[in-house]
Amino acid sequence: MSAADFKPHPDLPPPKFQTGWVKWLRDNLFSSPFNTFLTIVSVYLLYLSLPWVLQWAIFEASWTGTTRAACETADGQPRYGIGACWVFISVRFNQIIYGFYPPELQWRPNVVAILLIGLLTALLLKGVKYKQWIGAFTLIGFPIIAGILIHGGIFGLEVVETDRWGGLMLTLILSWVGIVASLPIGTVLALGRRSQMPIVRTCSIVYIEFWRGVPLITVLFMASVMLPLFLPEGTEFDKLMRCFIGIVLFQSAYMAEVVRGGLQAIPKGQYEAADALGLSYWKKMGLIILPQALKIVIPGIVNTFIALFKDTTLVYIVGLIEMLHILQVAGRDSEWIGFDTEGYVFAAVMFWIFCFFMSHYSQNLEKKLHTGHKR
Amino acid sequence: MKFVKMLLATAFTVSISVSAFAGTLDDVKGNGSVKCGVSTGLPGFSAPDASGMWKGLDVDVCRAVAAAVLGDASKVKYVPLTAKERFTALQSGEIDMLSRNTTWTVTRDSSLGLNFAGVNYYDGQGFLVKKELGVKSALELDGASVCIQAGTTTELNLADYFRANKMQYKAITYDTSDQTVKGFEAGRCDVLTSDQSQLYALRIQLKDPGSAMVLPEVISKEPLGPVVRQGDDVWFNIVKWSMFALVIAEEKGVTSQNIDNMKKSTDPGIQRLLGTSGKVGANLQLGADWAYQIVKQVGNYGEAFERNVGMSSPLKIARGLNQLWTKGGIQYAPPMR
Repeated sequence: MSAADFKPHPDLPPPKFQTGWVKWLRDNLFSSPFNTFLTIVSVYLLYLSLPWVLQWAIFEASWTGTTRAACETADGQPRYGIGACWVFISVRFNQIIYGFYPPELQWRPNVVAILLIGLLTALLLKGVKYKQWIGAFTLIGFPIIAGILIHGGIFGLEVVETDRWGGLMLTLILSWVGIVASLPIGTVLALGRRSQMPIVRTCSIVYIEFWRGVPLITVLFMASVMLPLFLPEGTEFDKLMRCFIGIVLFQSAYMAEVVRGGLQAIPKGQYEAADALGLSYWKKMGLIILPQALKIVIPGIVNTFIALFKDTTLVYIVGLIEMLHILQVAGRDSEWIGFDTEGYVFAAVMFWIFCFFMSHYSQNLEKKLHTGHKR
Repeated sequence: MKFVKMLLATAFTVSISVSAFAGTLDDVKGNGSVKCGVSTGLPGFSAPDASGMWKGLDVDVCRAVAAAVLGDASKVKYVPLTAKERFTALQSGEIDMLSRNTTWTVTRDSSLGLNFAGVNYYDGQGFLVKKELGVKSALELDGASVCIQAGTTTELNLADYFRANKMQYKAITYDTSDQTVKGFEAGRCDVLTSDQSQLYALRIQLKDPGSAMVLPEVISKEPLGPVVRQGDDVWFNIVKWSMFALVIAEEKGVTSQNIDNMKKSTDPGIQRLLGTSGKVGANLQLGADWAYQIVKQVGNYGEAFERNVGMSSPLKIARGLNQLWTKGGIQYAPPMR
């Protein structure tokens, strides 16, 4: 029997249960009795809810039209609970995005939005040069340009008072201002809290603990209701500006603690090495410690940002109408009473999209900045 | 707290001599707009429409004042206010007047440094029942289960009313008005109680609004009206008489449609109203055609009512107490002479 006669048996296919979708199902859905149980319960819940949700949100929904009649049956009864009235959203869409911003001037926020998207994309793309300058511009130059464009008042731009700002635009402005202003203040506070100088340290600790100890809603309420009573009569202080100040004061305290976490994560050797090189305090921090510390805390910063983004809905209690509440107010128009559900669903979807985008953006940013000593 | 406030107030008045309150009229003329505090959204009273224009019965009071003072009803800067901050906004001068479904009570009138300039809507707590119950009066509601929004004076009024009439009831409380109406619809209760103006808005949210009706009984007094700061009588008079002008125009049958013909009227009352004779406007420190502008641009009270909350609106609220005194209601304006 020579070797040439040896005919290996043809390969058997892998066992049925170890390949294709069957394996995927076994691994992911039915890997243990408990997981099997969970899968069955989930499928049952989906079976109960999904047909109704799809029917309400898509198949039975009213999509076209401009009046309430589009969402009513032939005999004039509203179709609450049968089909969603997306006409309510489409009629109000402009208001949801821009608030009461004059339609003929809406190109200005549009320019700002395009600029922001451009900057954020540039920061993420490979091969773009001068990234630190683009980054600095995004944090410093861009807010100024955005402020000039949206508010107007110089360069012949017509002034649009802040009481006409609203909707998604206001939500984004509030959160952007909150984050951009609180990041540097928070960093300084974090450094102050770890400082050797007793007065600086005490002041930072008192500030941080005070502002972390009060709820944001109280801060906003104080800014709007109490502050005007203390100001001289007739002094006007823009309501939005009061909210900005409140949010920034509040947010910096949180930011300080996030940054402090990063500072503490830097090994002592880094500090000592910087000292050994004879660097001054600010050089040590600016060149060695902070670049490493801030990179570590990107998830924390984004986390704070997402929380702030959702917290901006609280400004409603001082009468600023951001995205969630412009939908609520829209449902108080007597022509459109009773379509609040559609408004809330739409707001939830919008918030989810933005938060999801932010979290992914930050993950990408972390990958870009990853320089080899990832913990 | 009060002491600190006083101290601060004194400090400020000493250091800075601001006298903005004395001349709200001058401020308004200087700014070219009336800063009017409105509700952040109340069907039929104040809410922005799809194009962002504020509409409603409360909004029309702001528009009437703007028409009287500036000759243009559109020159209003609306400041949406929540219930908690409305009085502060007025006290601090952030707004010139407040027209935000605010109930006129003695406490508010006497202790807040504010003046109520009249009543643009007589509201009161009422009942919404399912028609199939066959109830025609609130007095037939003995033993009923009642849906209420928790933590409001509505609850107290309800208890008072049923006790006074020796009836039993079972309260089912909800947190928001949306939940209340859902509970009513699901049959958790026989009756829903709230302010009457709200009941009509809640009724629209039912799957079949025709299946429920509002009972005629009103169990509390809720006169709603515009508010101004104390100590500026010129402005107080202007707001007060802008409202009266709306009512007088309806009494005299002057509408936004026929007003130009009415200018030729020989009725001295109409002549005084429209400024073709007399010095009413000058006495109020306004132009002679102040009331003409109000009626021309806003309409008379009846028109504003029908347009915003009455039969030509989705709310379909009956005039009831808000009918003119000559037609069985209590809307009454002192004579303009």
